[in-house]
Amino acid sequence: MSGVEIIDNLLIKNGLVFAFLLVGVLIWLSDLASKKLFNKRIPGVAIAIIVALILAYFGGEKGISDYAIFSGMALLGGSMLRDFSIVATAMGVSLSDLKSTGLAGVLSLFIGVTVTFFIGGTIGYFMGYTDAVSFVTIGAGACTYIVGPITGAAIGATSELIAISIATGVVKTIFVTIITPTIAKYIGLDNPQTAMIFGGMIGTTSGVAAGLAATDPRLVPYGALTATFYTGIGVLLCPSVFYLLMVYILGGA
Amino acid sequence: MKIYGVALLAGCFLIGQIMGSYLGVLIGINGNVGGVGLGMLLLVLVNDRFYRTRQMQTETKLGILFWSNMYIPVVIAMSSILNVKAALTGGWVAVFVGIIATGACYFIIPFLSKLARSTSKADQQ
Repeated sequence: MSGVEIIDNLLIKNGLVFAFLLVGVLIWLSDLASKKLFNKRIPGVAIAIIVALILAYFGGEKGISDYAIFSGMALLGGSMLRDFSIVATAMGVSLSDLKSTGLAGVLSLFIGVTVTFFIGGTIGYFMGYTDAVSFVTIGAGACTYIVGPITGAAIGATSELIAISIATGVVKTIFVTIITPTIAKYIGLDNPQTAMIFGGMIGTTSGVAAGLAATDPRLVPYGALTATFYTGIGVLLCPSVFYLLMVYILGGA
Repeated sequence: MKIYGVALLAGCFLIGQIMGSYLGVLIGINGNVGGVGLGMLLLVLVNDRFYRTRQMQTETKLGILFWSNMYIPVVIAMSSILNVKAALTGGWVAVFVGIIATGACYFIIPFLSKLARSTSKADQQ
């Protein structure tokens, strides 16, 4: 075994530990860039996330973790640790804040899913996807990249359509991640109440979490709390009520 | 001990996941509905309860806060494993729909939060 192979094997075997090191170094460099290059105008976290997205582009279906040596990133950034650490952020949540926005949070979930679905489907319609199944699958994909494929599979969409709907959901997540810190001050996203409504309106847990992390980490738990219900509501509404409605409007079944 | 905090967190997380899965079955979806959100609510309630009766041990709290702080590195790692290539090759439909439909929602947020503020004020009066 050559020297490089020994290190390679060691890093693959200890993937999670290597991921700790990588992310730590990435955050350190991003913070440095934020201070020296951008005068702190762009938060270090936002730079780190954008660099991570660029790295993901050079990977495959599972981003950079498609390379064995970076497989630990899939464990560190996978759904188990993501959800575990999101739940932990609830330590910073105050019960009275939750109570005062509870109803608006629930309302924002339904408005968010509905608006996203119909605007998404309509844009698809004008780009040539005019039948009910396409409308619904693309509209559902605009909700999240989980709602899209589940809905598509339920109503018998082609795999091409499902691929488009997943891509739509991923575009959304990336868009939310990048745009949220820039747009936050224009939409008053600087308090727990608005963060809860934001989570409900936007819904992609990954995007909401990453976007808020780069905006103001204290808001993360509030946004994440409502966002985690979004996919469930989307999966509930899209293949049932919305599909029947679109079949009624566009015809065919 | 820090492990008490981590264990408490794990308990809330798992109970939330179980409740979310049952909720999913209940409304006829084969999946987890709001499991994370339910776990968060549990932790908020437990924390609030501790706060009222006796202060949670600092060490216990630190066990939870560690994972809460790990959240940002986890999100960065998560960004690096997204299928970015597929998002860009999904064609213009994916790009337009993803951005415009989401952008529209950003416009609605200020109105909703104004609405929420006025109703919560009305409640107080």
